[in-house]
Formats: sequence, C-alpha cells, structure tokens
Amino acid sequence: MYFHNYIQQNTYTNNMIEFKNIFKQFDEKIVLNDVSHRMETGMCNLIIGTSGSGKTVLQKCLVGLIEPDKGEIDYDGNSFTDMSEEERKLLRQQIGMLFQGSALFDSMTVEQNVMFPLDMFSKLNGTEKLKRVNEVLERVNLVDANKKFPAEISGGMKKRVGIARAIVLNPKYLFCDEPNSGLDPQTSMVIDKLIYDITKEFNMTTVINTHDMNSVMEIGENILYMYMGQHEWSGNKQEIIFSKNERLNSFIFASEFLKDAKDMRMLEAKGKMDNDRNMDELLK
Amino acid sequence: MTFFTDFGRYLLMLKGMFSKPENHKMYWKEFMHQCSDIGIGSLGIVTIISFFIGAVSAVQTAYQLVSPIIPKETIAQIVRDTVILEFAPTLVCIVLAGVIGSKIASELGNMRVSEQIDALEIMGINTRAYLVMPKIAASLVTIPMLVVVSMVLGILGGRIAGVASGILSPEQFNKGLLSNFVPYNVTFALIKSYTFAFIISSIPAYFGYYVKGGALEIGRSSTKSVVVSCIMLLLADYVLTQVLLNPA
Repeated sequence: MYFHNYIQQNTYTNNMIEFKNIFKQFDEKIVLNDVSHRMETGMCNLIIGTSGSGKTVLQKCLVGLIEPDKGEIDYDGNSFTDMSEEERKLLRQQIGMLFQGSALFDSMTVEQNVMFPLDMFSKLNGTEKLKRVNEVLERVNLVDANKKFPAEISGGMKKRVGIARAIVLNPKYLFCDEPNSGLDPQTSMVIDKLIYDITKEFNMTTVINTHDMNSVMEIGENILYMYMGQHEWSGNKQEIIFSKNERLNSFIFASEFLKDAKDMRMLEAKGKMDNDRNMDELLK
Repeated sequence: MTFFTDFGRYLLMLKGMFSKPENHKMYWKEFMHQCSDIGIGSLGIVTIISFFIGAVSAVQTAYQLVSPIIPKETIAQIVRDTVILEFAPTLVCIVLAGVIGSKIASELGNMRVSEQIDALEIMGINTRAYLVMPKIAASLVTIPMLVVVSMVLGILGGRIAGVASGILSPEQFNKGLLSNFVPYNVTFALIKSYTFAFIISSIPAYFGYYVKGGALEIGRSSTKSVVVSCIMLLLADYVLTQVLLNPA
C-alpha cells in the first residue's frame, strides 16, 4: 500500500516538531548535550551556530539518520523516538530534505530526479507525473532544464532542483542543510526567498541549518543558536539584534562591519522608540 | 575486533535487504538496470579472457605432454576439464571481482559520500533493499551465465589455437572433447559461480555502502573490497573443491 495515492493538497494546521533533552555522543565526544526546542509550523526555523556546534547532527537526529542516545522527538505530538521502522518510513514520506550538496542522483536528469519520489510513492500516470514535475520546476523558477544532468547545471540550479524534489510530494516538513553553502550572496538570497515563500505557501514546518547571516536576518522567524552542542539562545530575527548573549553576538556580528551595522540598527530602533514616545506625549 | 564488527555489520546489511519493496516496478527496473550493467557490461572482458585462457591452456598442455604414448585427444580433455573446473568459474570471477566489485563499491561509496543514500532514506526508501539487493540479485543471475559463456569460449579458444598451431586436428580435438565427459563438473562449476557471484557483489556492496569520508576513501574502500573479495573467493574455491570434489 502506498502512502501517497495522490499528491496531497496541503492543509495542515499543526505540524510542529518538538524535541526535548537530546543527547548524542560519538566515542568520548559529546556532540549534543541536553538540547530542547520547538520548530513551529508555517515558519522558517533556523538552527545556527559555528562549524562543529552540532547543527547537522541535530538535524540528522530529527530526521532519524542518526539515533540520539537520549531525548525525545515529537512530530505533531507523535513520538518519533518510539516509532517502529515502518512508521518512520511512512512519516519520512511527509518529509522533504534539501542537502548541503543537493544530493541529486548523478545518473538521472533534472526531470527524473524530481520525478523519482513520484515514481516511488504515487500512483499517478506518466502524464500526471510529468505535469506535477513541471509545476514544481516552474515553482522554483527552473524551466528548460528538464533534460539536463546534474553535472551540467550550476550550484544554484542544483539547489533549486533539490528543493523541487523535496517538495514534489507536498511534504509537511522541509529540512534544509546549509542551503546557501557554496553560493554567491545574490543566489543565496534567491534560495532563501524561495524557501521562505514555499514555507508560507504550503504552511510547512521548515528547519534550516545555516551559518549564513543574511539568511538569519532575512528569514529567521524562529532561531535556535547552538554553542558546543548546547542550546545557547533562541528567538527571532528582531530579538537577535538586541540580544545581550555574548557568544551569540560574537558569532552573529563577527566582523567590525557587522558590529557597526548592529549598533546602527539599535540606534535606529531606539530613535524610533523615542519618536513613538514623543508622539504619544504629544497626542496626550 | 574490527573483523567481528565488520562481519556483524555485513550480516546486518544482508538482513536489512529483505523488506517489502515500496514500489515493485521501481525495484524491477533497478534490477534490470543492474543485470545490464553487470552482465552485458562484463561480456566483452569475459569473452577476451576466456578465449585466450583456452588457447594458452591448449598450447601449454601440448608443450608438457611430450610422451608419444599419450594420445593427442588428451589435450582436448585437459583443456575442457581445466576450463570447466577452474578457469571459467574461478579466473573469470577473479577478473569480475575487479571489474564489478570496484564498480559496485565506488558507485555506492559515491552515493554515500554525496548524501544520495541519505536522500533516499529521507524519502522513506530502504536503501539496502533498493540499492544493494538488486546488485546482488543481478550478479547471481548474470555471473553464472557469464561463466557458462566463458566455458564455451575457453574450449573454442583451445580448439582454434590447437588446430591453428598444428598441435592436433579438429577431429582429434572433437574426439577428446567428447570422451570421459563428467556432467557433474559443470554442476560443480555452477555451484562455484553462484558462490563467487554472491561474494564479489556483496562484499564490495558492504565496503561501498558503509564508506566514510571523501573521494580518497571511496578509492581505498574500492581497492579493499576487491582485495577482500579475491581472498574470500579463493578461500571459497578451496573449501568447495575440498567438499565437492575430494575423492577421499
């Protein structure tokens, strides 16, 4: 029996992911230490942190590619940790994932790559599948690339094909591992915007691993900052500006330029608050 | 200790291959693709090797049989039996261990390193069943066929070389070929080829599937898989010969 008999029209209301006290150790090295957080539905949930802070391991734990030693992971209130292999397989058909290197199948064309989940899990006929593939390729602004192989397209296009493949079955959850790695700032912003728009359009729970500051400031609606395998700070892109957490500040505003930008934003915001106060007093 | 860890993981990988396919059609497609890759893809090298093995064995046997009391037909008998019993199954499979083994290990290794296997897992696909099983099944189907082809071509090579170099006449070769033929030898060769087919597909699949690292590690695991496959193949060759052909 196939899970997807048709492409679901996404009308999910509450697909949040919650994890509590995640602990993972490789040999003697503790990679995740008591990490808890909640990934909200319809939002871009970002996991940020320096290299080696445990972001990727945490994301792999969330999708079940790595088993945590301790802790609880819930998908929409259902314990992922306690699920059988078969139940996990079914849940995974509701998960789309964009990998750091896109993970496209080399021997397949762009069209075949995107069609693969449909071939495997849907009962659509050839024409319907092709229609759906063209729909999602159009959605990620990739036209006329159907017959190209991954080796023949650019990094940004590969990411878009990866996104198209991840969303072709209309998943409830979208995971993106460093979606901007290896891309120029302009293309990175295009990919960020695409992920953001898709998240809103399909009301998905999107979890993004990144250390790209542009992404944090553009699409960070729910941010988890990891430091040496621990939950150090969480909030949104507005709160990050005013955060007093030193580790977070030295990570986010690493350069003098960014520090200046932060100060300017704070002054701007303070000025705006003063302005509002004056206006209130005048109105009184 | 590492040996036991590896062996345990190898057995778990084999166990994990047996699960209900997510989509039979896709699995069948992958199986046929592997049959074509492994079977048709190796036909050229098998043809060349088998023909020359047979030819060389005919000339070398003639060189060693210098006694005038041994009839020339014996050369054909020796060529036939050595090709069927050893050259076709063992030598061809050793070559195939290099050709197919390195291909399987590097293909799976590349898929692992570039996260393609993770991508399949995330989709809810049992990658051991979808990627490893068709390779082993295709090897079990096509390699015995290649071995049979190799037997025929080896004997043909021996005949052509024997006749062309004037060692014996076509009639003498045919007579020798048909005398004292033991059909069990073919059965034995087929048993060996099934065993070898399993070894040269499952061991490289294990090394490729569990590779960690980058391009360098893929190369290393590919080489290691060929070496281990060849050693296991020779060990299995000895055990099977001892068990199935020992006259004592």
